[in-house]
Formats: sequence, C-alpha cells, structure tokens
Amino acid sequence: MTQTGINGAPAKSSRKLPTWLGLLLADKFATAAVIFLSLVLVAALIGPALLDEVAGKVAFRSRNLAPFQLDHGVLMILGSDSLGRPILARIIVAAQNTMMIAGFTVVAASCIGATLGLIAGYSRKFLSDAILRLADVIMSFPSLLLAVIVLYMLEPAVGNLVIVLAITRIPVYLRTTRAEVLEIRERMFVQAAKVMGASSWRIAFVHILPMVLPTLLTIATLDFAFVMLAESSLSFLGIGIQPPEITWGLMVAQGRPYMNQAWWLSFWPGLFIVLTAMSLNLISNWLRIVLDPTQRWRLEQRRETDHG
Amino acid sequence: MGRFVLKRSLFSLVSLFGLLVLVFFLSRLTGDPAALYLPVDAPQSVRDAFREARGLNAPLISQFGDFLVNLAQFDFGDSLRRQRPAFDVVMEAFPWTLGLAGLTMVLVLSGAVVLGALAAIKVGGVFDRISSVISLTAASAPDFWLALMAIFIFAVGLGWVPTSGTGTPWHWILPVAVLFVRPFGLVLQVVRSSMIGALSSAYVKTARAKGVKQRAITFVHALRNAMLPVITVAGDQAAGLLNGAVVVESVFGFPGVGKLMIDSILQRDFTVVLAAIMVTSLAIFTMNLLIDLAYALLDPRIRY
Repeated sequence: MTQTGINGAPAKSSRKLPTWLGLLLADKFATAAVIFLSLVLVAALIGPALLDEVAGKVAFRSRNLAPFQLDHGVLMILGSDSLGRPILARIIVAAQNTMMIAGFTVVAASCIGATLGLIAGYSRKFLSDAILRLADVIMSFPSLLLAVIVLYMLEPAVGNLVIVLAITRIPVYLRTTRAEVLEIRERMFVQAAKVMGASSWRIAFVHILPMVLPTLLTIATLDFAFVMLAESSLSFLGIGIQPPEITWGLMVAQGRPYMNQAWWLSFWPGLFIVLTAMSLNLISNWLRIVLDPTQRWRLEQRRETDHG
Repeated sequence: MGRFVLKRSLFSLVSLFGLLVLVFFLSRLTGDPAALYLPVDAPQSVRDAFREARGLNAPLISQFGDFLVNLAQFDFGDSLRRQRPAFDVVMEAFPWTLGLAGLTMVLVLSGAVVLGALAAIKVGGVFDRISSVISLTAASAPDFWLALMAIFIFAVGLGWVPTSGTGTPWHWILPVAVLFVRPFGLVLQVVRSSMIGALSSAYVKTARAKGVKQRAITFVHALRNAMLPVITVAGDQAAGLLNGAVVVESVFGFPGVGKLMIDSILQRDFTVVLAAIMVTSLAIFTMNLLIDLAYALLDPRIRY
C-alpha cells in the first residue's frame, strides 16, 4: 500500500510498521483500549478452561473477603463473593459469556440488518416501505416483553438471549445501511455497472456493500458496547442469563443484597463492564477517523512528528 | 399544518394498532396466569373457575374481539393482580414517570446546551476536553451499576439522600442523577458537533464582521440553528425515558410505568401491560408530533 503524506510527498518506505498499526500507535487512548480489549478477549477464550474449577469452588470460611489482600492468593486480590469464590476468577470466567453474547448478537444483527437495509435501499418502493415499517414495529415493541416471551417459550440460554438482543438491534443497522445505499446508488460507478448490464443483486452486494462496510464496522464496534450494557441490564432484572451461568451483569445483580457489607461484589464486575464499553467507544472513535480519508491525515501527521 | 397533524395521527394510529395486536397475542405466549395466581395444588375445577371469571377460557380470537370493543370505550378490563381497572393502575404510575422523564430532560437539555456550546467555541480547549470525557463515560456506564454505587456512596455512606422510595424532593435526586448521565452524554455530543457546524457558517461570519459580541453570536445566532438535530436526539432519549426507566425505577423503588411494566409482564397481568403500552405510546406520539411542530417554529424554511 503506497502512502502519501500531508504535502503529497511519498512517505518514507523505510518504516516497517504496517500502516494501520502506525495509525493506532499515534492514538494513545486507542492503543490502551486495544490492549485492554485483547486481555478481555484472551480471558474470554481461555479463562473458563483454566479457572472454571477455582471460580466455582465454594468456601464458606473465606466469604466476603475484602479486596487488596494477598493472604489467600493472587486470585483473591479483588476479594471474594458471598460464597467465598474469588471474584477475579469469576470475572475472568464470566468474560466468555459476556463477550460471546455481545459478539454473536452484533454479528447476527448486523448481517440481517445490513441485508434488509441493502434490499430496502435498492428495491422498489413497496418492498422498501414494508421493510421500514417492520423496523418501526420492532423499535416500538417493548424489548423487555420480547425478552420474557422468548425466554419463556424457549429456555433462558445464551443462544436465546442472543435472539432477543439481535432482534432489537436490527433496526439500527437496517436504517444506517439504507440511508447510505440511497446516497451511493446515485453515484457514477453504480450507473456504470447498471449500463454494463449488472443485475440488481450484483450491484447491491458487489458494488454497493463494500462502500457501506466501513460505516457498518464503526457502528458495530459502538453497538457491541451497547449490547453488552443491554445484556447486563436484562440479567440484572432477572430475565437474562440465569445462574449457574454467569455474566458480568449477573454478578452485579448477585452482589446487590450484600451492598452494605461488601461493596466489591458489585463494584468490580461493573467496573469491567465500564472499562470494556469505554475501550470499545475509544476504538470506534479511532476507526471513524482512520476510515475517513478527510480526517486520517491528522493521525498521520501526529505520527510523523512523533517519529521525528 | 392541520392536514399534516391529521395525516401523522392516522399513520401512528395504524402502527399503534399493529403494536397492540402483536402485544395482545404474543403476551399470551408467556404462560397461563392461573398457574401463577393459584396454589400449585389447586384442583382443576378451581382453575377453570378462575379462567372463566377472567374471560380467559374463550377462544383467543373472541377474547381479542372483546378487547377491541372495550378498547373503543377506553376500558382495558381489570388488572388480574389488583382487581381494579387496569387503566387506573397505569394512570397512577404514569405521572411519576412523566415527572422523572421531564425533570431529567430539562436538566439534560440546559446542561448540554451550555457545555456543548462552550466546547464548540474552542475545539480542543478545556471545555471540549471535559465534554469529550463526559460523553465517553456516559456512553460506557451501565445505569444499574451507577444506581447501586450512587446508593452506596450517597445514601448509605454519606447519608445525604434516602436510598429509595418517594415522598420528599430528596427522593428524586438519585434517580434523576442516574437517569441524567446517558442522555446528557449523547445530547452533549450532538450539541457540540452541531454548534461547530453552525459557528463556521456564513451568517456567523457576517454577524462577526458586523461586530456582534461572541456571546451573542454563540447563544443567539448559532444556537437556534444548531437546535434541530439536538431536539431530534433529545426526543429519542425522552421517548426512552417515557418507555419506562425500568432499571432505575426498580432499583430506587419508584412507582413509575417502567416498574409497573416489568412487574406486570412477570405477573402475566396482560391487561395492565396493554394499557401501559397504549398510554406510553400515545405520550411518545404526542411528543414526537410536538417536536415536528417545533422544527417549523425554529426553522421558518420548514413547512408542513
């Protein structure tokens, strides 16, 4: 990939860092966010395999241990819960469910939403109107009722929670995609493809979709944080994940009755939710700048000065 | 104008009707109220009597017909749990939510407009940094966690405010403060970006060339034009609050629609669920209509 600096002068090719990595390092907050998020992802991937036993081990003698004490081992550094289980280990194990639910939800909602949005933006008025009304109905349908219906008919498992959350998030992707498509479909290259005899499907998915992807990626990052908060709210209200499965939101809920004696039961998992959501927001901000050529030069310029 | 209001009302009536149909049938899927309200060992005859008395034995489609006939007379039927008209139950809860949402939005709008405008005057300045930190935090903090921490610090630890319930103005401080956070962050962001756009426009340059003071330019010339997107986002947020600040209302034991809604859903109190959805949807529709009319008021170029 050849790169041009702000003055149009070719950038020095001696630098070995890939472009995106350089752009990431130029933004300190985004770098910190990526590092934190990587740690959470590693915890989600290997945490349960490693710590499942420790996290589930009940020890009544060490219940509600205060944080920042190393007498009971490193895992007790954040304290222990009402059954004497180490909170740090439980947070690491719960990362898997938390990340998995949010991840699958975002993937499902963005795929369905973007496809419907493409169709709505690139089809005749009738179909387009029908899809938009569908989005309106989903948006006005109370999501709590939807959660109770789905989780009552099916059982409250991770997969079903994903269904509930994905349905409520579809309109966001649908509307964004449609709005972008409406603008892109008037551009020259779409006209050209049409003149060359490309079918509507081909134009929508091969020519228009790649143009919408950057926007979708930015929204998806932001939405990941939102879905995580929504899942934890549902779990907190008792209509999301049910014990013995755990997520961070459920951990906050489980700590609630002990607030007066042991604040750390609710504090730590909540703090992890906040930090993860914050990281995602920072990365989404960074993506928005990097994917926008009119703003990217700011980061590139900062990078030049950093490296002398 | 009149035509616009009429057309909008008709459209909304259609989608509101669709919503009610959907909720009516789907909510029956959540289970049999008889199983929830009667003891486990209640004999079948008692169950049948319970269902008969509440009209739950008729075919679903004829139940729906009855529902529509009664709805035309603004009668939602009695609440299963409270043995009182469901509409009255909802109307008791609604003012609480309305007050909570109204107070929160007034504070959000006034705070966000001032801070957002100050941030936009000098991009990258002190106020801009403060506002970007606030927006980031607000978008990342789960409200139930904030509520718990606020109770722990301000009610239990410092004892400044009561933990939950209603009665005095002090009871309103924590719920409003927790509800304030998210809309404030979002609206602040919109005010800032919209003000940056307005401040770089031609009419602001003209005003500046004529020697108008910076404060007048910001708060008179630019602000009015920057308000359109702000009102849109604020409307969305207010709708969210009206729909029931479920989590905050339950944590603080606030008797609003959100708490009523979640309780009724869990207790299979279908009539109350339907009445609550009807009332909040009407409130949100009215608000959206007022917002559309406010557009025309703010921007003379918009005509309906």
